[in-house]
Amino acid sequence: MSTRVAAGAVALAMLVALPAALSSYQLSLLTKMLIFGIFAMSLDLLLGYAGLPSLGHAAYFGVAAYTVGLLALRVANNFWIDFPAGLVMAGGVSALFGLFALRTRGSYFLMITLALGQVLWGIAFGWRSLTGGDDGLPSVPRPRLPLPWSLTEGVPFYYFVLVCFALAIGLLALVVRSPFGRALVGIRESERRMEVLGYDVWRYKYFAFVLAGLFAGVAGNLFVYFNGFVSPSYLNIVFSASALLMVILGGAGTLVGPAIGAAVIVALENVISAYMERWVLVLGVIYVLVTLFAPSGLVGLVKQRMGASRS
Amino acid sequence: MTFWVTQALNGISFGMLLFLLAAGLSLIYGLMRMLNLAHGSYYILGGYVGLTVIHMTGSFVLAALAATAAVTVIGIVMERFFLRRFPEQELPQALLTFGFLLIFADLSLWLWGGTPQTLPKPEAFERSIRIGAIVFPTYRLFVIVIGLVVGLGLWWLQEGTRLGAMIRAGVDDAEMARGTGVNVGLLSTAVFAFGAFLAALGGIIGGPFVGVYPGADFEILEMALVVVIIGGLGSLKGAFVGGLVVGLLDNFGKALFPELALFTVFAPMAVILALRPTGLFGAR
Amino acid sequence: MTALEIEALSHHFGGLTALDRVSLAAAPGERLAIIGPNGAGKTTLFNIITGIYRPAEGRIRLLGQDVTRLPTHRRAQLGLARTFQITTLFPRLTVLESVLLAVQGLDSARFTIHKSRESYGHLREHAESLLADWGLADRAGQVTRHLSYGEQRQVELVLALAGAPKVLLLDEPTAGLSPAETASVVEMIRRFSRDTTILLIEHDMDVALDLVDRVLVLFQGRVLAEGSKDKIKSDREVAAIYLGTDDA
Repeated sequence: MSTRVAAGAVALAMLVALPAALSSYQLSLLTKMLIFGIFAMSLDLLLGYAGLPSLGHAAYFGVAAYTVGLLALRVANNFWIDFPAGLVMAGGVSALFGLFALRTRGSYFLMITLALGQVLWGIAFGWRSLTGGDDGLPSVPRPRLPLPWSLTEGVPFYYFVLVCFALAIGLLALVVRSPFGRALVGIRESERRMEVLGYDVWRYKYFAFVLAGLFAGVAGNLFVYFNGFVSPSYLNIVFSASALLMVILGGAGTLVGPAIGAAVIVALENVISAYMERWVLVLGVIYVLVTLFAPSGLVGLVKQRMGASRS
Repeated sequence: MTFWVTQALNGISFGMLLFLLAAGLSLIYGLMRMLNLAHGSYYILGGYVGLTVIHMTGSFVLAALAATAAVTVIGIVMERFFLRRFPEQELPQALLTFGFLLIFADLSLWLWGGTPQTLPKPEAFERSIRIGAIVFPTYRLFVIVIGLVVGLGLWWLQEGTRLGAMIRAGVDDAEMARGTGVNVGLLSTAVFAFGAFLAALGGIIGGPFVGVYPGADFEILEMALVVVIIGGLGSLKGAFVGGLVVGLLDNFGKALFPELALFTVFAPMAVILALRPTGLFGAR
Repeated sequence: MTALEIEALSHHFGGLTALDRVSLAAAPGERLAIIGPNGAGKTTLFNIITGIYRPAEGRIRLLGQDVTRLPTHRRAQLGLARTFQITTLFPRLTVLESVLLAVQGLDSARFTIHKSRESYGHLREHAESLLADWGLADRAGQVTRHLSYGEQRQVELVLALAGAPKVLLLDEPTAGLSPAETASVVEMIRRFSRDTTILLIEHDMDVALDLVDRVLVLFQGRVLAEGSKDKIKSDREVAAIYLGTDDA
């Protein structure tokens, strides 16, 4: 346990110190990694801990992004209204979708979450007057906070995201260590056994679903500020599937693994698309390879190595 | 009056196309409990391969044979060498099939380019016929007939043959099925390949009026999903009825309320999800 | 007051009648065996008592309270526990973690989200004392899917006991075990407190008759016979349905 705390402290120290050593482009990449780290961790709560494979998680990410974007552009660029509003929408939509999705299991659950995500995508795509349709909403401003630094600059914005990331991982770590979190793991391993032991399984799954949606909303909020832009692609299956890949690549059910998985995917996407036109093809191959050869993800591989060297 | 009849026939012909795709998806799910995200890819690969063969030989029939054969082989390879390793594990299956979706999408873009294309109709069905005041392309009627023929064929296969009985037994209990001598592995590959065949058939038949273009794989997959959600996953009847319902809703929706677009299709899906999540004919 | 009372329970699967007006009453502390050939409806009966299925007709009363319409977890909270014929453990969790979950299940802290579970020392103490009582302390750190089949059965029993149940349903606890493993499990069951009423489905007649006070025989979904061990042993109808099987 103390090795983990030590490693976490080192990682945090590095993340705090890094801006000094990175170019502004590299820093913005790191910022993106942190944002997707939050997104991936939110899905890990649902998938890795509760065992619910959602193919529509981008819905909550995207709905938060649109909410913040629309409010900041059309109403007022007021962080204290916009940011919470984004979270409320993400939580509200997940609370609604959860009622439908949680009546199913397995492949059906995959399919329903996919369909629900696509419904939102369809709305964003079709309702041009509200969302700008396929063109999206450009020029979303960065938030104005009562700080001596402007968030329009790369370094202050990075630290802002880092603070959110630290809070997110801290809260999620608390949740997964709580009785609630441990119960989710039990439900993942054997729902029937948990029912018989006295747990109201549906309630646990529902809470996990909404909580995961909320944290996805945090990531969505940050991403629209980061990019200054939101489009229907933030809601579609490709986005949802990327989150799944990040979780699996990193290691489902480890929280920190998916954050690392997110960093890896963001880095790969950046590097490979700079050299290759056929980035999508490579991504597809990555999906196949990860599934075939690293089902427990990078964290799983590391654990295997450590276990082997110990014996 | 003409408007309603024409739109209805358009909706039914599109519905038959959706039926072909939904039937394949449902069959695969029914036996293997797997959601094949690459199903839309089979559709556009069928369309694109068909397009190439038509340009080379001018024969629609040859194109249909080549396209369905090629995609069936792809389906066999995917099931036998990749999906077979993860029985009953929906997450690896989803990631694998999604990975293939991306691979096929990019390969198609590379090989056939980004411009939307339509397949030329077979000569026999190039004309339109006139019934009273209604003028209707014979090709669309051809599509409806194909849909009905396939539907009846699948129904007979499912209810009337030993193969159908084996599939149903495999659906109910794979262990018991194996016990009675059914080669569940071979059956799985066969069913998956047949699903791919149906999707490719949809691609080549749909080619002349829906067309093939980048993104059609996602769109048709999405439509097929709505069909199986409404009709019930694993049900042939559901795929047929669902296909007709969605085809008609989509067509009338686009004709009457173009601003609402996909909503005419998503709203009934939401209603079904609320009232009967397993679909109209799905198992409870 | 009876611990568990079932009144005219009937259930169908499609066209098949799985249970046909089954009634029984178990007094507090009693040990009741439910025997009968395969397909007689024994596990279905347990599934209905625990709430996994809703019966077509009939009532179930747990400690005087009508639970026919209650969901499974509510019945557990009222003091009903059960083991499964196919071991239903948490494959990738350790024995200790599994027992902790069992102990947490009826604890008021079970839905807490803002404090770590470690801060609830009483849960861990309870779990560890349970493992110590039942001789599984040295297995605490083992992942359950790596345990021997016999040990898995023992863990399953401990999970069921964690909530100090008033009524315990044991579904074929010795199925598939070697004679030595069967003996350990039987020993364990014998030690169960008489505060707990036990219903036992058993295929092994020797085991069943050894552990219980009374026997109920199910055949094709109906109660064929009911009574003391000796009465059932000498019942001709019961012997007839078992003729040809190895268990009689």
